[in-house]
Amino acid sequence: MLGSLWLIPIICLAGAVFNLALGIVRAPKSAVTLVGVGSVGASTIATYAALWDYLHQPAEVIVEPYFTWISAGVVNVNASLQLDPLSAVMTAFVTLVGFLIHVYSIGYMHSETDAGYARYFAYLNLFMFSMLLLVLGSNLPVMFVGWEGVGLCSYLLIGYYYDKEWCAAAGKKAFIVNRIGDLGFLLAIFATIAWFHSTEFTVIFPAAAEHPDQFAGAATIIGLLLFVGAIGKSAQIPLYVWLPDAMAGPTPVSALIHAATMVTAGVYMVVRANVFYRLSPTAMLAVAIVGGVTAIFAATIGLVQNDIKKVLAYSTVSQLGYMFLGAGVGAFVAAIFHVVTHAFFKACLFLGSGSVIHACGGEQDMRTMGGLRKHMPITYWTFLAATLAISGIPIFAGFFSKDEILAKAYEAGAANLNGFGATYQLLWYLGLAGALLTAFYMFRVVYMTFHGSFRGSEETERHLHESPPSMTGPLVILGFLSIVGGFFGFPGQLFGMSGLNLIERFLHPIILPIAAATHGAAHAEHAVGLETEWLLVAVSVGVAVLGIVIARRFYLGPKAFVLPRRLAERLPMVHKMLLGKYWVDEMYHVLIVAPVHRMAMICWKVIDELIIDTLFVNGAAFSVELTGDLLRFTTTGNVRNYVLAVALAIFALATFLW
Amino acid sequence: MIPVEAVPIPYTWVLALSAVLFAVGTLGVLLRRNGIAIFLSLEIMLNSANLAFAAFAFRFASDHATAAAALDGQVFIFFVIAVAAAEAAVGLALFIVLFRCKGSIDVERANILRW
Repeated sequence: MLGSLWLIPIICLAGAVFNLALGIVRAPKSAVTLVGVGSVGASTIATYAALWDYLHQPAEVIVEPYFTWISAGVVNVNASLQLDPLSAVMTAFVTLVGFLIHVYSIGYMHSETDAGYARYFAYLNLFMFSMLLLVLGSNLPVMFVGWEGVGLCSYLLIGYYYDKEWCAAAGKKAFIVNRIGDLGFLLAIFATIAWFHSTEFTVIFPAAAEHPDQFAGAATIIGLLLFVGAIGKSAQIPLYVWLPDAMAGPTPVSALIHAATMVTAGVYMVVRANVFYRLSPTAMLAVAIVGGVTAIFAATIGLVQNDIKKVLAYSTVSQLGYMFLGAGVGAFVAAIFHVVTHAFFKACLFLGSGSVIHACGGEQDMRTMGGLRKHMPITYWTFLAATLAISGIPIFAGFFSKDEILAKAYEAGAANLNGFGATYQLLWYLGLAGALLTAFYMFRVVYMTFHGSFRGSEETERHLHESPPSMTGPLVILGFLSIVGGFFGFPGQLFGMSGLNLIERFLHPIILPIAAATHGAAHAEHAVGLETEWLLVAVSVGVAVLGIVIARRFYLGPKAFVLPRRLAERLPMVHKMLLGKYWVDEMYHVLIVAPVHRMAMICWKVIDELIIDTLFVNGAAFSVELTGDLLRFTTTGNVRNYVLAVALAIFALATFLW
Repeated sequence: MIPVEAVPIPYTWVLALSAVLFAVGTLGVLLRRNGIAIFLSLEIMLNSANLAFAAFAFRFASDHATAAAALDGQVFIFFVIAVAAAEAAVGLALFIVLFRCKGSIDVERANILRW
C-alpha cells in the first residue's frame, strides 16, 4: 500500500460522492450502508496495509508528492501525503474508531428516511476523507484543507436535524467559533512561509531544530498562532462554547467528530509542531495554562449537568485540556497517547449514551433514567469499562495516559521547566483536582443512568431494550480497547524497563533533537526519582477512587440524591453558577454576539437600506423623475414656443461667440 | 450727357438689407399665427440668406485673389431656391392636412402634442 497513500482518503471521498448520488435517487438503505460503511472499511484495510508496509521498511518518514498545488515565487506547495510515526498512530485509530462508528450508525440511524440516511453517510464519509487528509498531509496547507473539511462536516452533521432551529443554530455556532481559530492557523501558515519559505513538515521542523537561536522568535509567533487554531478546533478556553452545543447532532457524530477524532486535531497539530513549542517557553506555557485551566473548568461544569450527552461533552473539553496540559509540559508523546486512549473510551461512552438514548426513546435527561443495567447489560458493562478508563483506574486505558500527563506536569514543576516551575506546579494541582472531578461526574452518570430504579414513565420503561448487534458490536470492541488500549504505553520505566512503553518508543523520532538545547525540557525527564513517581501514581489513583466513593455516596443507595440536594441548598450560588455554566454563553452574548448583531443591524438598516438603497439608488431615480416632471412643461405643443427657444439660443450663441 | 462713372453699391449695404430682411422674417415666424403667413416669413428668411450670398459673391468677385470663391456663393443661391421650392410643396401639403383636421390653419390650435 505504501506508494499510494492517496487511496486511503480518496476511498472515503468516493464513498461520500456515491452516497450523495444515492440520496438523490432515493436508493434503499442497504445500498447506502454498503457504500458508506464499505468505503470506510476499505480505507481502514488500506491504512493497516500501509502501516504494515511502513513497519517493515527502514525509512522513518515517507513523503509522497502527487502534484504541485501552489507555485508562487519562492513558495512551492505540493499536494502530498506523509506517513511518519505520528500520522501512523493518528490514521490507525481514526480509521478504526471511524469504521466502528460507521457500523454503529447502521443501527442508530435506521429509523431515518432513505434520503436522510444517505445524506448522513455521505457527510460521515466526507468527514473521514477530511480527517485522513488532515493527519496525512505533509505540509500546512494540505493539513489546512483537511482542517477546514472536518469543520464543514462538523457543521453539516451538527445541523443534521436542520428542521429543528436549535440544531441549525448549534451548527452555525460551531462553524463561526471555529472560524476564529482558523484565522490563527491561516496566519501561522503565512508566518511559516515568511520565515521558512516552505510549509513542508520535513523542511521547517528540522530547520528550526538545527538553528534554535535564529528561529526562536518565529517559533513563539507561529506556535502561538497555531495554538489559536488548536483552541478553536479542540474546544479550549475561551473558544470551547461550541462543543457542548454540538451535541445537537446525532450521537454517533458526537462520538466520532466531537469526541474521538476531529477535536483532537488541535492536539495533533501542537504535537506535530513540537519543535516550535520546545523552542518557545512562552508558547509552551500558554498551551499548558490553557489546557490545565480548561481541564478543571469544564470538569466543574460537568458536575451538575443532567443531560447525559452534555456531561460527556464537558468531559471531552476537560480531557482535551489534559492533552494540552501534557503538550504544554513537554510530554508530547503522552498527549498523543491520551488522544488515542481517549478516542477509545470516549467513543465508547458516547456510543453507550447513544444506546441509552435509543432505548429511552430519545430522552437525554438522566433524571428520568435509572436502573437500565438489567435492561441493557452489554451497554452497561462497556460503559462501565470506559468510565473506569476515563476515571484513571489502573490497568484501564485512561489510567496510563492521564497518569503520565500528570506525572510529567509534576516533573515540569519540580524541575522548574523553562523557569516557570511554580506555574507548572499549580497546573499539576489543577490537573489532580480535575481527575477527582472526572471520576466523580463520570460515576454520577453511571449511577444515575444504570443503577437504582427507573424514574421515567411506565410507557418508556416497557420499551426499554438492548440495542441491535450493529450497535453493541462496536461497543464491545471499544469497551475492550478501553481496557487494554493503555498497554501500548505501559509505563515500563516504573519497573526499570522503559522498553515496554511501545508508543513512547514508536513516537520518539517525531521529537526532533534540538541543537545546543538551552531549555529544561530535556533534563526534566529524570528530575524526580522512582519513589516519587510511584507516589504520584498512588496519589492519582487515590484521587480517582475518592471521586468514585463520593459519587457512590451521593447517587447510590437509600440516601441517593439527598446529599447533592442538601449541598446545592447549602451553596446556592456555586450550584447556580455551575448549572449556568459560569454564564459564559450569556457573557459572550452580551459582549460579542449582541454588539456584532447590533452592528449588523446598523449596516443593514442604516448603511444598506437608508444610505445605499434609499439615498443613492432610489434617490438617483427620484431626482431624474423630478427633473423630468418639471422639464416636461416646456413641451407646450406650440411650435412657435420652440422656434422662440431656438432663436433665443442662436442669439445667445452668437453673442457668446462675438 | 456727361457720362457718369457707375459707382457700385457697397456690399455692406446689401448685407445690412439682408440682416433687416432676416429679422423681419424671424419676427414674422414668431409672431404670426396664420400658417401661410409664417410660411411667407420663412421665405423672407431664406431670401435674406440668398441676398447675403449674393453680396459676398459680389465682394469676392471684385478681388483677384478670391475671385474663384465668388461662384460658390452664386451656386448656393440656386440650391437655396431649389430647397425653398421643395419646402413650399411639403409645407403647403401640411397646411392642407392641418386645415382638414382643425378647420383652420392657425398654428396655435395644432398643440395636442404636449405634456
